[in-house]
Amino acid sequence: MNTATHTLDPHAGHAHHPTGLMRWLTTTNHKDIGTMYLTFSLLMFFVGGAMILAVRAELFQPGLQLMKPEFFNQLIGVHALVMIFAALMPAATGFANWMIPLMIGAPDMALPRLNNWGFWLLPPAALLLTMPFILALFGIGDGAVATGWTLYAPLSVQGGIGVDFAIFSIHILGISSIMGSINIIATLLNMRAPGMTLMKMPLFCWGWLVTAVLLIITLPVLAGGVTMLLTDRHFGTHFFDAAGGGDPILFQHLFWFFGHPEVYILLLPVWGLMPHVLSTFTRKPIYGHTAQVYGFIAIGVLGLIVWAHHFMTAGLPVPALLYFMYSTMAISLPLAVLFFCWIATMWRGAMSFETPMLFAVGFIVLFGIAGLTGLVLADVAADAQYHHSYFVVAHFHYALFAGGIMGVMTGVYYWLPKWTGHMYSERLGKLHFWLTVVSFNLTFMPQFFLGLAGMPRRIPDYALQFTEFNAISTVGAFVLGLSQLLFAWNIWRCVKGGDKATDQVWEGTSGLEWELSSPPPYHSWDTQPVIKSST
Amino acid sequence: MNEATLPPPRKHGRLVVRLLLLAVGFFAFGFALVPLYDTFCEAVGFNGKTLRDATQAKDLPPSAVDYSRKLGVQFTSTLMPGLPWEIRPLEPAIELHPGELRTTRFLVRNLSDQTIVGQAVPSVSPTVAARSFQKLDCFCFTQQTLAPGESREMALTFVVDSGISKDISELTLAYAFFPAPPKP
Repeated sequence: MNTATHTLDPHAGHAHHPTGLMRWLTTTNHKDIGTMYLTFSLLMFFVGGAMILAVRAELFQPGLQLMKPEFFNQLIGVHALVMIFAALMPAATGFANWMIPLMIGAPDMALPRLNNWGFWLLPPAALLLTMPFILALFGIGDGAVATGWTLYAPLSVQGGIGVDFAIFSIHILGISSIMGSINIIATLLNMRAPGMTLMKMPLFCWGWLVTAVLLIITLPVLAGGVTMLLTDRHFGTHFFDAAGGGDPILFQHLFWFFGHPEVYILLLPVWGLMPHVLSTFTRKPIYGHTAQVYGFIAIGVLGLIVWAHHFMTAGLPVPALLYFMYSTMAISLPLAVLFFCWIATMWRGAMSFETPMLFAVGFIVLFGIAGLTGLVLADVAADAQYHHSYFVVAHFHYALFAGGIMGVMTGVYYWLPKWTGHMYSERLGKLHFWLTVVSFNLTFMPQFFLGLAGMPRRIPDYALQFTEFNAISTVGAFVLGLSQLLFAWNIWRCVKGGDKATDQVWEGTSGLEWELSSPPPYHSWDTQPVIKSST
Repeated sequence: MNEATLPPPRKHGRLVVRLLLLAVGFFAFGFALVPLYDTFCEAVGFNGKTLRDATQAKDLPPSAVDYSRKLGVQFTSTLMPGLPWEIRPLEPAIELHPGELRTTRFLVRNLSDQTIVGQAVPSVSPTVAARSFQKLDCFCFTQQTLAPGESREMALTFVVDSGISKDISELTLAYAFFPAPPKP
């Protein structure tokens, strides 16, 4: 720690930390680090969004108008990597940093310095990922990774320097995520308030516990896979080179062994926070706490053994296809338990529809569409038609935008008054919700029909019959993108000032985090609260 | 800060070490998948992977010729980018009895003015038949070097095991010829 922090300070014990830039560079405070994660996430959300708006602009009409196909290919892949690794995952980690210590009555995260490293690895990784774009402007290299985010061999073995940048970026992002996960597990297992048994732990913490375990299991496999890719590219190995006895399909196995659990890594924190929001705005206790905990665990375990449904058309033998089809469909059972609990929590509640509740209900409806279309894709016979089409694009955006991003927005609106001590503008928030939900459907609903009609993904041009749906989708995407500026504006206003939030913030809240002041003091829970046994 | 109110410091060391070991273990698992996957594919014939050399296998059942059945076998071949060769099967399709020893030939010609090394990689479809396609001698066992303009007939000797599933009446052996990676 900086020696300056040990000088005599009248506020010692409350805010003995450096100020200005040094505060943020050296901080080990979970609230500061949470804020940095969330700010970084919001920034990268706009970076990734700008990339895909360029793509949608190109797809507004058939033919090539704005960019070369090579650049188009770079944009779609980097968009995905930025949104997944630099926007959605840091947002969830930001939530974890801010809320887990408050929720379990801990003074901070278990390993505060590791926490600081975990965050500060992210900006260099994001820079590595996007730098080839800038280097290409100066004539160095041929731009960013152009393989799509899946980095499939042998294309990625042959790609330009963008692939190397992406590989190293994934290494750094992976180290950051694993450090964050270790920290969260250590906090959750070792630092709960006395009396808070594992089963009494709030569901948001449970969602994150399963996520953290999944990250530690799967990210190293991806790191190994991209390391093999790197040695194939530069050191003469033939992991994925058929001529040297390797197998390109092996890369798909390694990638999706990580890639499928990654979906649940992105969604479990959101599933964890939903019951809290639903319970708050229906003024009822969470329905089925224990059932949801087992649901999270079941989905986490099942998620690890279904990966090959992402490449059912790669030539897997029939018994393997059947196994991956049935095991994938089996995930809908624990997921249905979660949906049931969410709806049962709302059932006959005294509901009010503040912005977080609007987002939560929107999440349930739209994420339901993601789940149902996922069942269609899991069907081996149907998948042969839908694979690599816009149907898949629409499906996973319902899962990751409506499920992931809108879930994060739910959490931001729900907790923002607690973090800042001010209420956000409810009027702007509701406007943001309605613009988002309408334009989101305008963007992605047509893509289901495009996929059914046979439009392949990752192609900058298309046949004339797809024009109308693509035009609608592009208009929707621009409204969707621009309405997120309202979100940023609302957050900014709320940070700067606004109506004072009460400690409890919302009428129907319960839990340790709402017993602290809004905003909570820089150091909270110096004295651990004790959870009384309710039985 | 009032030290007395702080909870006793917890020891996270053991848990952190265990979690790190878990991460390292799965990093190793990723690499372990390479040989595992190869063994698995060869054992069950996934991906149309045939046994590398059937004479090496010790546990093959003696294969009696089954004259009551006839099987169609087709041969195809493709060249991967960067290999300026020409390859074609001299017999695109043959008929045989399961268990019968057969030899067929492929004509390979180097169209360039350089000496080039190539490696053929076989694949059998339907994939469930891959285990039954037993190669006793094959030009795909080793790398092949062709001088400028040289053409050569390359032989393949094989048996289709008489235990092959009754559902299969026709199978295809496809060769992909790759430019061999330069020797380190």
